[in-house]
Amino acid sequence: MSELARKDREFALDPIDRRIVAATQAGLPLVARPYHRIAQELGLNPDDVMARIRRLVDNGAIRRIGAVPNHYALGWKANGMSVWDVPDEYVDEAGRMVGALDFVSHCYRRPRHLPDWPYNLFAMVHGRSRDEVSDKLARISAILGDWNRSHDVLYSSKILKKTGLRIAGQE
Amino acid sequence: MDAIDRQMIDLLHGGFPVEEQPYLAVGRMLGLSEQEVLDRLSGFLAKRTLTRFGPLYDAAKLGGAFTLAAMAVPEDRFDEVAEIVNAFPEVAHNYAREHALNMWFVVGVDRAEKIAEVLGEIEERTGLTVLNMPKEEEYFLELRLPA
Repeated sequence: MSELARKDREFALDPIDRRIVAATQAGLPLVARPYHRIAQELGLNPDDVMARIRRLVDNGAIRRIGAVPNHYALGWKANGMSVWDVPDEYVDEAGRMVGALDFVSHCYRRPRHLPDWPYNLFAMVHGRSRDEVSDKLARISAILGDWNRSHDVLYSSKILKKTGLRIAGQE
Repeated sequence: MDAIDRQMIDLLHGGFPVEEQPYLAVGRMLGLSEQEVLDRLSGFLAKRTLTRFGPLYDAAKLGGAFTLAAMAVPEDRFDEVAEIVNAFPEVAHNYAREHALNMWFVVGVDRAEKIAEVLGEIEERTGLTVLNMPKEEEYFLELRLPA
């Protein structure tokens, strides 16, 4: 089964899974036995907690377990949301090519809002400076060729809010 | 940040073990003790080198729904509108961007129907048009920026 097919498979979280999600979405405890700590807090068996977490990884509900770096702190100070107007018949192929570039963190197709917003392909591009981001945009332009009818880049000037998504807690 | 810090951040990108003493296992790979791994990780979080450490959930798979929304906010109302938008608990991220559409935010809700309700309420309270730009397709290959 392909990665996409696996990730799209339907599955259901039971109430115990949801409690584990709620207890871990802000992070794992920094103690020697983190899964045991979670189990203890939730009144569950540690082996059950670990088995459930492994299953959430297997079915794609957990994308990965690991570190979320602060790109700014690591020196990646320029963050450009590049947006492209690509003909509908080519946008999926274009998205796969752009999404495969190592400097593109997220690549999505989104609806246009004509006439003000003609862009249907979004690619987040990170660099240590805006010049570096511009060089990367030139590479995307070269790859897209004629499919790039117009494009723009929106730099973030300020983070107004960043709390992360909290879904499991909103029961 | 030293060479081991960089190596550790790179190693901890994903695949953190699900076993009784996972930090011990990570330490073995780096030649560090369990306590050293925990200390360095706490330091990264305290200094905000890392924003988080743990499972990254695919929120859509947990039954939620998300969208990206954008507004063109007049400069003289920017702070006031940011305050209104940020006050919604459903707004997870909100960024100022340099464009006529200068406010971009992510809305996350537990039921898909609530997206329209929240965006409608934001329009009502701000008197501004909200452009809804939900993702229709994801071409995803996660970035691994070298630390």
